[in-house]
Amino acid sequence: MRQRAQIGFLPDGRRLHLHDGPIDLIVEAFGSPSEIAAAYRVAAERFVTVLDELCGELPLLRQPARKDGPFPVRVIARRMFEAVAPYCERTFITPMAAVAGAVAEEILGTMTSAANLSRAYVNNGGDVALHLSPGEHFVAGMVERPDCPSLFGTAVLDSMQPVRGIATSGWRGRSFSLGIADAVTVLADRAAMADAAATIIANAVDLPGHPGVVRVPACDLAPDSDLGDRLVTQEVGELSSAEITAALDAGVFLAQSLLSEGFIGSAALHLRGNTRIVGATAEQCFVAASKPAQSRSLIHA
Amino acid sequence: MPEDDAIRCDACPVLCYIKPGRTGACDRYGNDNGQLVRIDPHVVLDRAVTRGDSVVPFLDRDREWDGSIVAGPENFVTAIGAGTRYPDYKPAPFIISSVVQGVDMVTVVTEGIFSYCGVKVKIDTDRHLGPETNTVRAQGEPVGHVTTSEYGSQMLSLGGVRHLTGGSRQEGTATCETLLNLCNRKPVELTIDEGATVIVQAGKPPIVDGTREERMRVGCGSATIGMFAKQWFGKVDEVVVVDDHITGVLSEHQAGKLLGVPETGIKMKGRRSTPGRYFRVAEPGTAWGGTNIEDPLSILQNFNPKIAWPKLRLLMVSTTGEHYAYFELNETLQPVERELPDSLSESVARIKENCEPALSTALFMGGAGGSLRAGVTENPVRLTHSVRDALTSVTCGGAPVYVWPGGGITFMVDVTRMPENAFGYVPTPALVAPIEFTLKIKDYATLGGYMDHVRPLEFIMQGEGRRHLSARPENPWPLAQPKASKSDPRSDP
Repeated sequence: MRQRAQIGFLPDGRRLHLHDGPIDLIVEAFGSPSEIAAAYRVAAERFVTVLDELCGELPLLRQPARKDGPFPVRVIARRMFEAVAPYCERTFITPMAAVAGAVAEEILGTMTSAANLSRAYVNNGGDVALHLSPGEHFVAGMVERPDCPSLFGTAVLDSMQPVRGIATSGWRGRSFSLGIADAVTVLADRAAMADAAATIIANAVDLPGHPGVVRVPACDLAPDSDLGDRLVTQEVGELSSAEITAALDAGVFLAQSLLSEGFIGSAALHLRGNTRIVGATAEQCFVAASKPAQSRSLIHA
Repeated sequence: MPEDDAIRCDACPVLCYIKPGRTGACDRYGNDNGQLVRIDPHVVLDRAVTRGDSVVPFLDRDREWDGSIVAGPENFVTAIGAGTRYPDYKPAPFIISSVVQGVDMVTVVTEGIFSYCGVKVKIDTDRHLGPETNTVRAQGEPVGHVTTSEYGSQMLSLGGVRHLTGGSRQEGTATCETLLNLCNRKPVELTIDEGATVIVQAGKPPIVDGTREERMRVGCGSATIGMFAKQWFGKVDEVVVVDDHITGVLSEHQAGKLLGVPETGIKMKGRRSTPGRYFRVAEPGTAWGGTNIEDPLSILQNFNPKIAWPKLRLLMVSTTGEHYAYFELNETLQPVERELPDSLSESVARIKENCEPALSTALFMGGAGGSLRAGVTENPVRLTHSVRDALTSVTCGGAPVYVWPGGGITFMVDVTRMPENAFGYVPTPALVAPIEFTLKIKDYATLGGYMDHVRPLEFIMQGEGRRHLSARPENPWPLAQPKASKSDPRSDP
């Protein structure tokens, strides 16, 4: 058969597109042309084995993480496990919650260790790993609802801050959510950490037992989901402003806790047009959409 | 675990179980009433991005090709990488207009999903590959059968809906992979029940049971006698051209008689057809002249002592010149092998020289069904009529096709005239092949085309996700204007 992974440039001829099964990466590196070429070459070489590696340990990665193991073996799987381990005692979480961020990190790490790049990003379906050399910055555009992308704001990420990972989770996205958040965007030191944190914060934005929320056992939708028979959100009906506030409060409470423990840099929680921002650097990071972007932005859904 | 209405997707190693009406983890494959299908995003450019097709190739830019444009003095958009519109009631992904010699033309470009398709393989060899109608296997699974042999070639018919979807999952997968590899000009190993194992690659010599076939036979044994009798006359007393079909004997053959070659008392095994022509001197095989013999003398009986004479010179040669042996009779009229005299080695070399290089060739054959046609026009049968009437020309990745007469649009194309890696597959399993319909825009409107989806050529030319390829000089230019007359050839057989 044809090699399964698809590797090509996007129509702009600048961004690399890597696709294999459910993994879909948009990659862009900045630097001298020869360094960019070297980075893309190693990224492509590394990419072709990623899915097989993950699938080799898939049954373990779909189990709730436990601090006493068993532990996965391969590097990406270990990164997934490490990203979710801090949360495994307080909530339900499997390493799959960090798969997108962990893959993005791995490809970014492969590129930056092989080439001298001023900036680079790997966007794995909205979960983004970033590289910034001193003095550089990125502007990330953010969307409120992943299913109908429109920018509601931007985040300026500069090399002085430790943030190198962005992730978004919500019930309208590709993965199932236990909560009702339209989108929770998290900035963290690393993409896998951001991914795991966004997942549990989005789960926490919730109104347990609310009659307007349609929930279905995950296994009824996808028999092999890592969420098993847990109820996942399929539809959210009318919500009063008090209910919106209550749901967001629950998420903000968890986000503040994760912030104080140093797991995240900041978070933006969205529900029905209401946005709550958590994090000391939030004022610097999340900028109103009306302000023109200072440099090339990456759309982040 | 999976309930009985969920299906397992094997498009990637995640192996999702997918419930009816839902998609797997990738959002690309879904369960449509128990069938695994590739789900297409709604937007053409989205599809192009998500498939990774019709984007500029990354590695091996100049060798591999997955783009969408054939360039020449003008440009023609092929369907490769265009994507498809399952389940096809929507307009085709690209409907491109261009002006050709002042006439507005439109090319409807789509990739078709072909369940009804197969590959006809012609293997230039006289070696016996296996009995007619016997099963051809790949990876142990039945993928086709041996069909009627042709002059100097063995023929295989591979694929078809019965193997693709009518048998086990493994059978379908092996068939799809075999067809895909053959169409994309990759080598495929095939084993024939009670026959040979042959490695086939379009445009390359076949390898039969580990032996690379070099040349086609110059003709049958009898024809070879006729062609070379004059060159042998006077240099040798008897020539036997060993051939699985018709073995020729110079002294008995009409050509020998005309030259006045005397009788030699040779006695052949097998069944005599007409003078100097013998059927079934041995069993079919992969040795001398497509027979199973390693020792050519095994097809001879004792010479008639009343006619033969000591020192009688005998040449035995196969129809390709690859096998030959020279004998002289001793005092007891038994053949004794001797070195081939120089005077005869020239004729053996000439037999070889007259044999064309042996190749495997593969024609993709498929039927453009109702739903694919619906992507071209709202009234699908009108497309069929338009092709019949030669108003619409059909190409496959820009290569000419032969449209089989009769109903439907069943066509054949030589895969070596198409760009490389033009074919894909879906895990249904079925093959994905490019197909383009080109016609005058006026005719397109008449047959109920999607006029509001017609976009100018510049639409594609200004985008960046395309690949320019030089048109193959041996192919007619796809935008050459279709003729309006029924008698004109609409395609290049």
